[in-house]
Amino acid sequence: MLELIVISTLNGVLFGMLLFLLSSGLTVIFSMMGVLNFAHASFYMLGAFFGYQLTKWIGFWPALVIAPLLVGAVGMAVERYGLRNTHKHGHVAELLLTFGLAFAIEEIVSMIWGKSPVDYRVPTLLDFPAFTIFSTNYPAYKMFMLAVSAAIFVVLLLVLKRTRVGLVVQAALTHPSMVGHLGHNVGRVFMLVFGVGSALAGLAGVIAGPSLVTQSDMAALLGPILFVVIVFGGLGSLPGAFIASLLIGLIQTFAVAIDGSLASAFGPLDPSLGPSPLTDIWNVTIAQIAPVLPYVLLVLILVVRPMGLLGTRET
Amino acid sequence: MIDAATSTPDMLKQRSGGALRFYAIWLIAAVALVVLPLIFSSGGSLTTFSLIGIAIIFALSYNILLGQTGLLSFGHAVQYGLGGFLAVHMMNAIASHDWPIPLPFIPLFGGIGGLAFAIVVGWVMTKRAGTVFAMISLGIGELVASSSLILRSVFGGESGITTDRTALPHIFGWSFGPQIQVYYLIAFWVVISAIAMYALTRTPLGRICNAVRDNPERVEFIGYDPHVVRYLAYGFAGFFAGIAGGLTAINFEIANSAYLGATQSGLVLFAAFIGGTAYFFGPILGAILVTYLQLGLTNVTSVWQLYFGIIFIAIVMFAPGGIAGILMMHRPLIRAGTLRTVIPSYLVAVIPTLAMALGLILTIETVAHVSADDSNTVDLFGISFDPTRAVTWVAAAVLLGGGYLIARLTWRRIAEAWDRAATVARDRGYLA
Repeated sequence: MLELIVISTLNGVLFGMLLFLLSSGLTVIFSMMGVLNFAHASFYMLGAFFGYQLTKWIGFWPALVIAPLLVGAVGMAVERYGLRNTHKHGHVAELLLTFGLAFAIEEIVSMIWGKSPVDYRVPTLLDFPAFTIFSTNYPAYKMFMLAVSAAIFVVLLLVLKRTRVGLVVQAALTHPSMVGHLGHNVGRVFMLVFGVGSALAGLAGVIAGPSLVTQSDMAALLGPILFVVIVFGGLGSLPGAFIASLLIGLIQTFAVAIDGSLASAFGPLDPSLGPSPLTDIWNVTIAQIAPVLPYVLLVLILVVRPMGLLGTRET
Repeated sequence: MIDAATSTPDMLKQRSGGALRFYAIWLIAAVALVVLPLIFSSGGSLTTFSLIGIAIIFALSYNILLGQTGLLSFGHAVQYGLGGFLAVHMMNAIASHDWPIPLPFIPLFGGIGGLAFAIVVGWVMTKRAGTVFAMISLGIGELVASSSLILRSVFGGESGITTDRTALPHIFGWSFGPQIQVYYLIAFWVVISAIAMYALTRTPLGRICNAVRDNPERVEFIGYDPHVVRYLAYGFAGFFAGIAGGLTAINFEIANSAYLGATQSGLVLFAAFIGGTAYFFGPILGAILVTYLQLGLTNVTSVWQLYFGIIFIAIVMFAPGGIAGILMMHRPLIRAGTLRTVIPSYLVAVIPTLAMALGLILTIETVAHVSADDSNTVDLFGISFDPTRAVTWVAAAVLLGGGYLIARLTWRRIAEAWDRAATVARDRGYLA
């Protein structure tokens, strides 16, 4: 039991940090530009596939640097040539543009790399067990993932809190037009933030790819959870996104690890009842409902606190 | 089918002959639905017409949300799918209990299924509009789609639930076994639903929906609660989506969890938006086009969904009014008689634009063939290209790049000619 708790906590924090790498970019982009980037998870997927391809060509370590930069460049191009032109048609058009992009990117990826998972392996340098707790070997690569995401988290915090660019970004979060009036090139700040956000998503993809499955539906699987994270944390709140990422990461990991059901807790139902929704619910294991849990959380927070955990904005 | 936001001078001018023309359009549409299967009577075209009919109801119901009320939903297939499931369960129950309910009434149960779901979750969902609503609809969609795989006794798991439409009591001696009878059933519901949804846009509720879309704050000032209005619109949209779902269940005699999924929600969004959400007939055009492309492209290319995405992105970026918007843009020019000054620049633009599109198609198909290790040639409009030879790549690049550079010049010419024609039209008193 203790073993389960320790391992699941580690995995949950790891998944939570990965979620935060994505949700931090998404929430900063959303609060600055008012655009919910539907294609954000697609940039994560692009990162994983670029990482896979570059690893094949030039090795994992150069790929770790180059792939996020490429994804960031794609993101900047999307902002400069797509969103900026669509801005005059309003936020719905911008949202629809990113929706169309997410759709197109998924199709392009499955066209080039196929629909089945690609063989994206952990680099040999990190392919050993880091430590053994109880009877489980914990892979070193997962510790590496944790270290990278923690490092990015610290760097992001320092840039936002300690640099001039961070100051402008923070100001633009709440008062975008005032920042423009003060003579900052808001357009360039937007492009930069969009690029950095996409690059972070790409980085998450590169490091998550070998550990999770690198497949053309990975964006469609992760995207909705990402939206749950930023709605749950409160739209436009970075601390909220951080808490929500860790929470959802932990909940999902623990749920997957628990094999209990109502039937195992209270004994099986009378077989004479026959199949009904009640027997379905009675017999389903917590592991099976793990994919549903984030959405249940979403509905709960909307009923209890519609603006999200730490959100302050109504729109 | 006059647009929902016709300006006052236009309306005054139309009043006299307008009513006659208005009923004539509906009558022509209804007659066309009756006559179509007599002209194209093959099994394939009957199936296509049936699917198009269902898609029309579904897209129109979606437009109650997006076009009329300004609610962007990413989970509209939930109501559609739940309507389908309720219809299937009703059909099975009627057949096993010998209830005297014939098949033509089944879509009504589908509608009730969609409506019931909308009533239950709608209040929480429609608390806020805009981006938040979009995300919540996505979340609820995923919630229902994943739950449907858990509740196996209701949703039948991966395989779904089957039914037999001929087992219901017959009416007028129709068994609804042959596809032609199912087609007429669908056509009947298309006409009924389209009239009902059009009538809805003309009611005070429909008008206040438009107001909530355009300026919710003002609506609050005149004493309406935008939340209630959005909730009502969500309910109506759910009802008609459920009817479409019920018809699908009748058509395929099965309901499975794919009906509820994100793909279905995405397709209806594509149909409504590509057709144009600002006009009532927009989603009808979109539904016809998207269904036709979907059925036609799957036979021709393996990456048909990519073309959907590209068409959608192009519409969002360059023609956010959709096809209906492009058509209706020309109305003042036709009235003022200045359309002929624009046509030459259109004709000039056709060739480079087509070349560009051809280059894009050739690029996509070549990449698709190479990455799939498909050694066959790329057959494009009767010409074969060898994807492994450099000349194909060069041709694709030249067509795409060169086409774009020249097409850009011709587009500029269209814009200039358009401006001149629109100015003349405005001077003659027709609003542009």
